[in-house]
Amino acid sequence: MTIQEIYQRLVDRFGADKITGINEKATDPWIEVAPAAIGEVAQFLKGDDQLALDSLNNLSATDFLETDAKLAAKFPYQPHTEVVYHLYSFRRKHRAVIKVKFDRWKNNEAGQLPEVPTVSHVWGIADWHEREAYDMMGIHFVGHPNLVRILCPDDWEGYPLRKDYEFPEEYHGVRGQ
Amino acid sequence: MPLTAAQTMPPDAPDQEYHWTLNFGPQHPATHTTLRLVLTLDGERVVNSVPHIGYLHSGFEKLAEHLDFNQYVTIVDRMNYLSPLANEISWHHAVEKLLGIELTPRCKYLRTILAELMRLHDHLLNCGTSALDLGAFTAFLYFFEQRELIYNIVEYASGQRFHTSYTRVGGVMFDVNNEWVNQVRSFTKQFRKTHDEVHKLLTRNRIFIDRTKGIGVLSKEQAINLSCTGPIARASGVVRDLRKDEPYLAYPDFDFKVICSQGGDCYARYLVRMQEMIESVQIIEQAIENIPAGPVNVDAGTGVVLPAKPAVYRSIEGLIQHFEVNMPNRGYEVPHEEIYAATESPNGELGFYIVGQDSTRAYRARTRPPSYIHFAVFPHIIKGHQLSDVVAVLGSLNIIAAELDR
Repeated sequence: MTIQEIYQRLVDRFGADKITGINEKATDPWIEVAPAAIGEVAQFLKGDDQLALDSLNNLSATDFLETDAKLAAKFPYQPHTEVVYHLYSFRRKHRAVIKVKFDRWKNNEAGQLPEVPTVSHVWGIADWHEREAYDMMGIHFVGHPNLVRILCPDDWEGYPLRKDYEFPEEYHGVRGQ
Repeated sequence: MPLTAAQTMPPDAPDQEYHWTLNFGPQHPATHTTLRLVLTLDGERVVNSVPHIGYLHSGFEKLAEHLDFNQYVTIVDRMNYLSPLANEISWHHAVEKLLGIELTPRCKYLRTILAELMRLHDHLLNCGTSALDLGAFTAFLYFFEQRELIYNIVEYASGQRFHTSYTRVGGVMFDVNNEWVNQVRSFTKQFRKTHDEVHKLLTRNRIFIDRTKGIGVLSKEQAINLSCTGPIARASGVVRDLRKDEPYLAYPDFDFKVICSQGGDCYARYLVRMQEMIESVQIIEQAIENIPAGPVNVDAGTGVVLPAKPAVYRSIEGLIQHFEVNMPNRGYEVPHEEIYAATESPNGELGFYIVGQDSTRAYRARTRPPSYIHFAVFPHIIKGHQLSDVVAVLGSLNIIAAELDR
């Protein structure tokens, strides 16, 4: 199936308020899904016979922010965070890219982690991918069975791949900066 | 999905008092690198295992946001250090997809040969060490001799034996000459002899079979659900090889088979790797006789590619071009695109997700490391086996901690 067909099938099922958009012009075309709906959309993507996207190839999160005030005016994006799901179907041999966009902080209050439903019950491997996204980007995957840091130590502060991250001055007596 | 720390033994389990906990790693000869497993044991039987990773976390993805596309290749090298060039090829494959560069035919062939040499490189070490962990020392030494020859070939091409940093955006660092071609030819000619010898040592060896057959069985459904790729998925009967499914470089030109097995156990993974080596040698043999002539780098006029070194030192245009590409406030145009590109690295699908921005640095470069995915599989397939099988399964999954933790 082409990305247009996948999009059409999703819109028929969930309606335009849950499947919020498509970008066909990009090199890797993507479908945008409302953050709250990703759980049920993921179920459908995997379970539906025609889509059959049974493998989650990659899950990555990106933080869009320009910290430099001078450059911020030219920055082409609104500050936001997104999670991208790269899916592949072993049976149907097609790929799909699903994207979820949301605010950098929940309710725009610094320190409140944004919330996205987990997909770890749909694709088993999402368990570790989501833990890494939580560790690096500070995204709270609601319903994840064990959302703890995976690469950094448990008592690490901050989310290192966020653009406004500042390296700690010291960690347990080890000088950082 | 079972097996997370939260799902370790329930506190009211009646036989809990018989269980004991063993901390395996981070420093242990059989983990080869820094992995840590917390095993719950019932006698010698593994009841549960919880992997802890991150001991080698060095922030590669953050570095990618501070180094340009050519500089980051030195970091990518250090991910899967058993096959450094395969990582480089994968990284620049992704960058070239982002920038929309089509390689020259000579470069495609050259990279294909190097990628297959790296597959040999990786499988040789993996088959050798997984036998070593089970007590078979000879096969390991036989295979390491072959690895040494590949080091020589790679050194001749790039000037470095290990962390080569050989690829560049739109090409490679230097072209190769006929002497190199002859080296590769003589390597492929003698390779099968050693390969046969190791087959004789291991494949029908009673001890080796007893230690690997039926151990760590990964079913096809599990392999798909947990996104396994590469030899591990193929040993479980998943027919997936990016070289065939989504051909890149010069792979469409060659005749080779995708090696699969139904077993899904350590022995099947060993057999798949052994047979893949033969396929790789066949690809190299086909490619080395047919390397096209012509330039190895994309035309420097595109403004993206570094000019050849003689041009930098002897002409003003070359020097200008060199600085245009390298200087932080110059650079070239990078499209506002987000791409995911993957190659079939020896270990599985090695992919990069790159977000392009105005500068020649990636705005975000996420790696999809095969080891990361395969280590998440480990707790599922070790359940119920003996403590000594932990080593066999770890070996057959080929976990590289540097790639795992990045």
